[in-house]
Amino acid sequence: MTTNPLPQSPLLDASGVAKNYGAVAALRNASLSVLPGEVHALMGANGAGKSTLVKILTGAISANAGRILIRGEARDIRSPAAARRAGLLPVYQEPSLIPDLDVLSNLRLTGTPVEPFRAWVRELGIADLDLRDTARDIPLAVLRVLDLARALAAEPDVLLLDEMTAALPANLAEKVLEVVRRQGDAGRAVIFISHRFVEISALCDRATVLRDGETVGVVDIVPGVEEKIVELMLGTRIVKTHVAARSAAEKAVSAPARPRLAVRNLRVGTKLSDVSFDLRDGEVAGVVALEGQGQDELFAALAGSIRPSGGTIEVDGQPAKLSHPIDAIRAGIAYVPGDRSEALAMQRSVRENIALPFSAALRNWGPIPMRRERAKVLGAIERLQIDTRAQGEVQRLSGGNQQKVTIARWIAADARTILCFDPTRGIDVGTKQEIYKLLRELAGHGKSVLFYTSELEEVQRVCDRVIVIFGGRLVDIFPVEEADEPALMRAAYGLPRGAKADIGILADPTASDAPSSDALGTKP
Amino acid sequence: MSTSAITPVPFGRRLKRFMADRPLVPLIILLVILVVILQILRPGIVNERWIANTIKFAIPLAILAGCQTMTMLTGGIDLSVGTVATVSAFIMATQIVNQDPVIAFLLAMMPAVLIGLINGIGVGVFRVHPLIMTLGTSLIGTGCLQVYQRTVIASGAKIPDFLAWLGTGVTWGFPNALLLFIPLAALIVFTLARTGFGRLLYAVGDNERATRLSGVQYWQVITALYLTSSLLAGITGLLYIGLIKAPSLSLAEPLVLPSVAAAVIGGTSIFGGRGGYTGTIIGALILTVLTTLLTILQMPEGARRILFGLIVLFVTAAYLRIVEER
Repeated sequence: MTTNPLPQSPLLDASGVAKNYGAVAALRNASLSVLPGEVHALMGANGAGKSTLVKILTGAISANAGRILIRGEARDIRSPAAARRAGLLPVYQEPSLIPDLDVLSNLRLTGTPVEPFRAWVRELGIADLDLRDTARDIPLAVLRVLDLARALAAEPDVLLLDEMTAALPANLAEKVLEVVRRQGDAGRAVIFISHRFVEISALCDRATVLRDGETVGVVDIVPGVEEKIVELMLGTRIVKTHVAARSAAEKAVSAPARPRLAVRNLRVGTKLSDVSFDLRDGEVAGVVALEGQGQDELFAALAGSIRPSGGTIEVDGQPAKLSHPIDAIRAGIAYVPGDRSEALAMQRSVRENIALPFSAALRNWGPIPMRRERAKVLGAIERLQIDTRAQGEVQRLSGGNQQKVTIARWIAADARTILCFDPTRGIDVGTKQEIYKLLRELAGHGKSVLFYTSELEEVQRVCDRVIVIFGGRLVDIFPVEEADEPALMRAAYGLPRGAKADIGILADPTASDAPSSDALGTKP
Repeated sequence: MSTSAITPVPFGRRLKRFMADRPLVPLIILLVILVVILQILRPGIVNERWIANTIKFAIPLAILAGCQTMTMLTGGIDLSVGTVATVSAFIMATQIVNQDPVIAFLLAMMPAVLIGLINGIGVGVFRVHPLIMTLGTSLIGTGCLQVYQRTVIASGAKIPDFLAWLGTGVTWGFPNALLLFIPLAALIVFTLARTGFGRLLYAVGDNERATRLSGVQYWQVITALYLTSSLLAGITGLLYIGLIKAPSLSLAEPLVLPSVAAAVIGGTSIFGGRGGYTGTIIGALILTVLTTLLTILQMPEGARRILFGLIVLFVTAAYLRIVEER
């Protein structure tokens, strides 16, 4: 290898990287080697250390041990600016534009040239961006694309993308994948972190797999490699995860006469209009929508977070006025927001976070019945199998475990209806499976769940019925039996059901089961 | 459990970990060091009487610092505590001349309730920044007190015997003020650690949005908090007048900023969500001992203040460095 340094010497070569947070070792012995011109997947279950490794590579945090070579030279990347100078640029999961500045000022901050940025933004499928818009007013999905465009405009040698397509609607995601692929073709390198095999097999040349803070394998992406990667990621814990037909216990209980929630002609400003549907006890109703079609407003209105401007919400047949989340909670409706940082007190313990709703009401401000609280909290922790090694502060948990805490809170509070907004965003396969199972169990126990997901394949695994929202209107409701991915995708784009139309690779029913390397862009 | 526990950890790190787990330890060490320095500079000064005296002066500061601790946990601050204490003390001292002690007490606590409610509603409902809100009510309170002073100027003032006994008295070597302070401190510590209200203070300071989604009504928590803070300040005023024995229009004002400093030195974050009252108590003791120390150095007032400020800054920075991981 070393005898022929060009062109196959790695652009980036990290080895033996370790990082401890107190007693918790986030990384033990991670290595990553990226060649010029390749799109390299970095994979691993939650808490495997992907994000930590990326932060070390980009100078956001410093490693306790390890060696990082860039173009063969040992570099000590002490700050994001140093990483930038070395040609490494990250796009993190969280948007990085400063919310109170407009886009142009944000560009100036990083010295990003404006014209290339504009070109990339157009390339990435956003036609009507006004650079004078304040970042705060731009939807999350677009912000993430802008982050990518900003990174691309700086022409880095190595681009690090952390869950780049998470929370992106399918149309934007496709554009992003195309652009990333072309970066590789242009001789640059991309490190691509994703949980989606479809994307990985369509995009990547090789994959480095992390498990428990160690690099456990580097594999070439060839058809059928998924099983191998999953095995590496999960170690000996799970050999293969497959969704079996729903067992009798998981089936929805027979529908009672009166719906749990009856939403009639709900309207929220200009975002949502004339939405009517029922949610019954014992069912999981899936909400399918592209980004920003009004689903956020629907969930917020049902949770009492925002006041609807029209329509009615009935709970158990009684009209309900939900003007504060406490009203919804009293009616047994709990809301799990998509953004974990919205739901958790990050510096507080797992226990306090789970027990938070217990203290909310004025009459519960007195002494806490510690033993009873402990029993309830432990029950919920066990039910969700939360890894409590770092339970002193929720911020030290991995994303998947944090997500579990947000759900555990409402299991402990025994909410009858749970509104789950994209609970599996950016978390690992194992945790996803656990969440699917939990939602089914809840329905089995007669609870009701409204479940929005940005990953269409989840609908079939979890839901009984599908509610499709497009352009702020409810366009279709159909049983899960008819909800294969092409049908969902068509519905999500507002196309009539039953009509045949090819709309990109994500509509390809074979894509999620047996991804092939030509899956991207070959379909008209 | 994890492998890092097996590998030997260097002593420095272990010490740091120990300090981080028990943030009180470095504070107590600092307090002891200050006392030792004092003893070296002026041998024999540290005796039973000195200790009782120090505690006597630290207690009003510690209670006001308790107000700051609780409000700071939510990301707020209460700058009106000095005014509230002064007003309560002043009204008590003037009303006791003509009124029944119970009536005088109730009259003295009324402004505390009023200012607390206004602070709480302003911060909790109208979302005025606590710094501005409490500064505003503090100025208004001082103004009202000046008007009030003119109306009662003829009746004179006296310090009730009971308050003098509580403020300055010493029984078997223990200051009587401890009779008030120990239950009060225990109550604050218990409230913060083991009650729903205490939990909410931490949670609101950490992530207000999360508490809202959990059904917490912010205005209720904040109103109750500032009301509590004001009541504590009013009680402190009564204790303090018993200690100082000279009612004035700026009686407790000099305690306001030290009360903030005591809470910060004690490890409470001004950004909310972190801290506790035991640290604050030691913070108040440290500041009191420090004041004595600087007094016996016989420096000019200006130099003393400069040194005081520098030490507070240094101690806070060093302490955070020791306690915070990463």
